Amino acid sequence: MALPKAKEDALAARLAGFPGLSGKGWLATARAEASARLTATGLPARRDEYWRYTDPASLNAPETPVAHRFDASDEAVPFDGLDRVKIVFVDGVFDPVASDDLVVAGVSIERLAEAGAKDIHWAQGMYGALEARGQSPVARPFAALNTAHATDGVLIHVTGKAAKPISLVYVHESEVSDAILHHCVKLDPGAELTLLENGPAAARFNKVIEIDIAEDARFHHIRLQGRDHERRAVTHIFARLGARSEMRSFTLTANGRLTRNEAVIELVGDEGRAHVAGAAVGDGEFHHDDTVFVTHAGKACESRQVFKKVLMNGATGVFQGKILVKPGAQKTDGYQISQSLLLDEDSQFLAKPELEIYADDVKCSHGSTSGAIDDTALFYLQSRGVPRRTAQGLLVLAFLAEAIDEIADEAIAEDIRARLERWLARHGSRR
Amino acid sequence: MLEIKNLHVKLQEEDKMILRGVDLTIGAGEVHAIMGPNGSGKSTLSYVLAGRDGYEVTEGSALLEGKELLAMEPEERAAAGLFLAFQYPVEIPGVGNMTFLRTAVNAQRKARGEEELSAGDFLKLVREKAKTLKIDAEMLKRPVNVGFSGGEKKRNEILQMAMLEPRMCILDETDSGLDVDAMKLVAEGVNALRSAGRSFLVITHYQRLLDHIRPDVVHIMAAGRIIKTGGPELALEVEANGYADILGEVG
Repeated sequence: MALPKAKEDALAARLAGFPGLSGKGWLATARAEASARLTATGLPARRDEYWRYTDPASLNAPETPVAHRFDASDEAVPFDGLDRVKIVFVDGVFDPVASDDLVVAGVSIERLAEAGAKDIHWAQGMYGALEARGQSPVARPFAALNTAHATDGVLIHVTGKAAKPISLVYVHESEVSDAILHHCVKLDPGAELTLLENGPAAARFNKVIEIDIAEDARFHHIRLQGRDHERRAVTHIFARLGARSEMRSFTLTANGRLTRNEAVIELVGDEGRAHVAGAAVGDGEFHHDDTVFVTHAGKACESRQVFKKVLMNGATGVFQGKILVKPGAQKTDGYQISQSLLLDEDSQFLAKPELEIYADDVKCSHGSTSGAIDDTALFYLQSRGVPRRTAQGLLVLAFLAEAIDEIADEAIAEDIRARLERWLARHGSRR
Repeated sequence: MLEIKNLHVKLQEEDKMILRGVDLTIGAGEVHAIMGPNGSGKSTLSYVLAGRDGYEVTEGSALLEGKELLAMEPEERAAAGLFLAFQYPVEIPGVGNMTFLRTAVNAQRKARGEEELSAGDFLKLVREKAKTLKIDAEMLKRPVNVGFSGGEKKRNEILQMAMLEPRMCILDETDSGLDVDAMKLVAEGVNALRSAGRSFLVITHYQRLLDHIRPDVVHIMAAGRIIKTGGPELALEVEANGYADILGEVG
């Protein structure tokens, strides 16, 4: 089916700045296939059901909307105390000087461009493959665009228990940087990796991570999206989990004009476990969208989606979350909760929780709430001498606790709690 | 210690007068009790003194050691030495009881220009006070009042009182929902805190709490006013004859 003219034009305008796709080899082939997927769907528009609550216009625009750098030096650098291997990207370009040597026992790390030049590579057949699977039943055009036009990225192959966490650090320098990064992570059976990400990355950032988790492997992921007020980001996580494997992903978002975080997770083997969680705090011009799609194909798998948002001064939060239980996925345990705390009447939360179940012996629950701070609790704390701001902070942290509890590493969880506490002390509803 | 003069209060939302000229003076170290039928304004008085939203003071004043309470934020009143033991202690999921206690103690110390307690000193102090109230370590770890029984909630209120060392304590129907043993335990906790520099206002429906916490003065409140004041014998009179006689007598 041909695209409507408007969509065709929008796509052509967006792609005008990109170099054409050419060349040979497995990477060029994967890019060409992704390009065809993108051409078939076009870029998203507000009228598309999947983009009803988030306007993609500024993500589609041929010119990058300006985003000034934000001075985050009042906070400690995230993960600074951890023994980790840092891989630094400045405006989406790998920075070899700022990065550590890409050597970790149990892991091999390569840049996308280097790997693409090789005739035979483990990432052949993986790059773009999970993204392509994730295009159905819902199109994800920004992910296809990413696969086709990614300018950089790393390919991480975990063969054993990684000796250290791998830490992707995204630095934003230019006010008009438009970065597209694509990473692949492959965990062999029984392998383990903690992947850390932090930083705003660019004025506009499009990122895809494809994660293939073999049986009995464990993947932990913690992401802090930086505090640049004006940046825009659209990110996708595509993960496939083998038997008895585990994935835990947590994202903290503070500030950012527009963030759309999609997670597309498929539990393929039996008894897999996927937890995906997020805490987002927004003040003013802040639009944050968590869109999650979890598919249970294997038997006796467990999935949890825990998303909490604190919104004030006109901030907007969106949650679109789905649990799809395929025929035969018996003994599925699916849980989904999305909640927002609105600190004033100017802020809003839009939620679309969905369950689609084709097996008869499953346990699935979902809940979504939106509410204000409990005045009675606030008064109780104040009556014990706790100042109003501090009391509010305590109650907000209590609200976020269920999401933060999803972080497996207690030291990191404690650090994130402290960051949130300080953020809350700096921000408050003007009402 | 506490001096309430001609206090008039109405409910903000309903434009309904609840307190119609309360006069009450409590000296240092004294224990006063307020009794009265349902709807007489007893709990409203305690909330207004503590600074809860939703009430409007149309007339009158309330001085704590000479300072006007009614102009202060709730946390300032607490730092000034006021404490309200709630009739219905509030459950706060996600906030640990210990965190809550330490935040409160240190916030008050900070407001008074005192040094904050170290984690070690705080822990020592809270364990010692909790022990006398038979509050176990498990209760201290749980979220504030969540899953606590009625008795545990009230003991937790007294623990907070013991930790914060207020000068003026208001107990709002602390006996409600307690069995005899729990009430004794709570009363012992309160009695242990009685001192020459600390005053109490005990709000209750029943005489039985006053068997355990002996008041110096008893007030009867009705229709938003204190209509009769006497010694402990007044509580016994209410117990024997109900409020009807007194209400009739005052007319």
